[in-house]
Amino acid sequence: MSQLDELFARCRAEGRAALVGYLPAGFPSYDLSVEAMVAMVEAGVDAVEVGMPYSDPLMEGPVIQAAHQASLDAGTRQADVLRAVEAVAATGAPTLVMGYWNPVHRYGFRRWAQALKDAGGVGAITPDLIPEEAPEWLEACRELDLDPVFLVAPSSTDERIAVVGRTNRGFVYAAAVMGVTGARAEIGAGARQLVDRVRVQTDLPVAVGLGVSTGAQAAQVASFADGVVVGSALVSALEHDGVEGVRKLAAELAEGVRSAG
Amino acid sequence: MSQSPDQAGHFGPYGGRFVPEALIAALDELTAAHLAAKSDPVFLTELDRLLTTYAGRPTPLTDARRLSEHAGGARILLKREDLAHTGSHKINNVLGQALLTKQMGKKRVIAETGAGQHGVATATACALFGFECTVYMGEEDTRRQALNVARMRLLGAEVVPVSSGTKTLKDATNEAMRDWVTNVETTHYVIGSVVGPHPFPMMVRDFQRVIGVEARQQCLDLVGRLPDAVVACVGGGSNAMGLFHPFLDDTSVALVGCEAGGDGVETGRHAAPLTAGEPGVLHGARSYLMQDEDGQTALTTSISAGLDYPGVGPEHALLRDSGRATYTGITDGWAMQALEKVAKTEGILIAIETAHAFAGACDWGRAQVAAGRAAEDLVMIVNTSGRGDKDVDTAARWFGLVTGEELAESELVRAHEGEQP
Repeated sequence: MSQLDELFARCRAEGRAALVGYLPAGFPSYDLSVEAMVAMVEAGVDAVEVGMPYSDPLMEGPVIQAAHQASLDAGTRQADVLRAVEAVAATGAPTLVMGYWNPVHRYGFRRWAQALKDAGGVGAITPDLIPEEAPEWLEACRELDLDPVFLVAPSSTDERIAVVGRTNRGFVYAAAVMGVTGARAEIGAGARQLVDRVRVQTDLPVAVGLGVSTGAQAAQVASFADGVVVGSALVSALEHDGVEGVRKLAAELAEGVRSAG
Repeated sequence: MSQSPDQAGHFGPYGGRFVPEALIAALDELTAAHLAAKSDPVFLTELDRLLTTYAGRPTPLTDARRLSEHAGGARILLKREDLAHTGSHKINNVLGQALLTKQMGKKRVIAETGAGQHGVATATACALFGFECTVYMGEEDTRRQALNVARMRLLGAEVVPVSSGTKTLKDATNEAMRDWVTNVETTHYVIGSVVGPHPFPMMVRDFQRVIGVEARQQCLDLVGRLPDAVVACVGGGSNAMGLFHPFLDDTSVALVGCEAGGDGVETGRHAAPLTAGEPGVLHGARSYLMQDEDGQTALTTSISAGLDYPGVGPEHALLRDSGRATYTGITDGWAMQALEKVAKTEGILIAIETAHAFAGACDWGRAQVAAGRAAEDLVMIVNTSGRGDKDVDTAARWFGLVTGEELAESELVRAHEGEQP
């Protein structure tokens, strides 16, 4: 049983959804990014996505784009991302990397998978990789017992959702709305429909991302999903209110996933 | 040899789909529409009608007799895409994709543009078809190519300057992709080159093949035989792929692609991924790419906004590896010299992008003659992919053609243009 399997089982036993927090490594500096990720775990985040900064993050809205660029401008390298994974994994929270494919491709996915494993990472979310393009990556994950996490979207056909359901380990990441990352005033009804469609195809837990920024929204999503992913709002909190801002928002979100009906 | 990608859009190890899952359904829909259209006589007749009566095809093959002395005496034939409507080959692809957009029932079109030629072609087709049109253009490029910004707005398109990243074509493409992910249900993304996720590299090539099909026949009619080489500039590589593809099986014909060598490939300041990049993934496909050791996209340098791009089409990557085509980097300086030579010997003002092909053709001709081939036996086709009106400003500065006072005047005009909504 992987760390993610255990986490989702435990949350299910507690009758709540898991809270997954995202921050990019190296933003606004290496030390502060790690401090903020550790703080959000202390405040109740169950699993961490360490963002791998990339020059061309296609799926990101303005907040995360700017954070990636700032991190790169500050000199963040691939080794720093892996070092951040090691520091965060030491908290005991399952730690994944959220990374666009070219940096992994360039590193060599087998070598990178080994480095991720060595750092204590449990898997990777790959927003611009689909299972069909990833046979060697999947093989490396199998060999090293890492969890590959692919995304589904409202536009995914049932056939494609089934493919992702068969391929993923840990959970299925449901991108709740059509669009890029960023806080949204409302989480549309589409998110619940997508989760329902995923449940028909797989028994894996379903985590919903894109748009969640408040405790109330977290509670709303937690009422129908197994996990709630929060990214842009945490990045904004870190940018404007520092590590304490992240701690405060994480606590609010943690309460949200525990207060769902 | 006429290669086609596999069902998933792979050209050997290149191509494919490296995009967010949210786009896969739209790419599947587009693939199906394109494959159906390829064998649909109604579609093909309509496209042919547009290319003939609207775009002005076939474009002529011009014998450039005076230019020949700069290529060691080799005969140079110009495939005159600069004479197509909107002034470049881009219209061929855009009309095809506009027809597909109509068939798919979409009413909104987005595009990325570098030099503005693809943006202008897209704005033109949208006006013709009655589509809403948004064009993403790097802020740096809106400055370099202000004339084309004005043209697009005049044609009714919204031009969105992109200020993220390097503020050039790469970032305009990122923004267009983000728009597409958000609005994919109502919107078609007209990618302007043989790049991007499957089916774009195959589909854009198919729409641009008309260049090579015509040129091949025109050369047979004029010279009585196939050329020894066909030469084209390569940014994303659509005009080159359109010219090369019908010659793939003609193994006696050399395929020569000319990338932007910028300050010189050896300086690292260039935009020549096939000459000096490594395989990687950008904008939805695996191909050659300019990147650093961490896989971050590298900065590019070129005087040509249309070639200033770190990636290249996946089919070119395969042609490079197989050796069927050769690719070379042309410096800014050499390209500008070629632009001047073509203007002064043939009376044709070509785009700076296109000038890279002419420089490469001169190099190729001279190299053949130096290697002992008789110049009078050598025939080349150079793809004259676009006209140079948009580049007069850059050329004026480069060659010092206008006085400081006149330049200040044009700055004023430009500042005024920048205020337009």
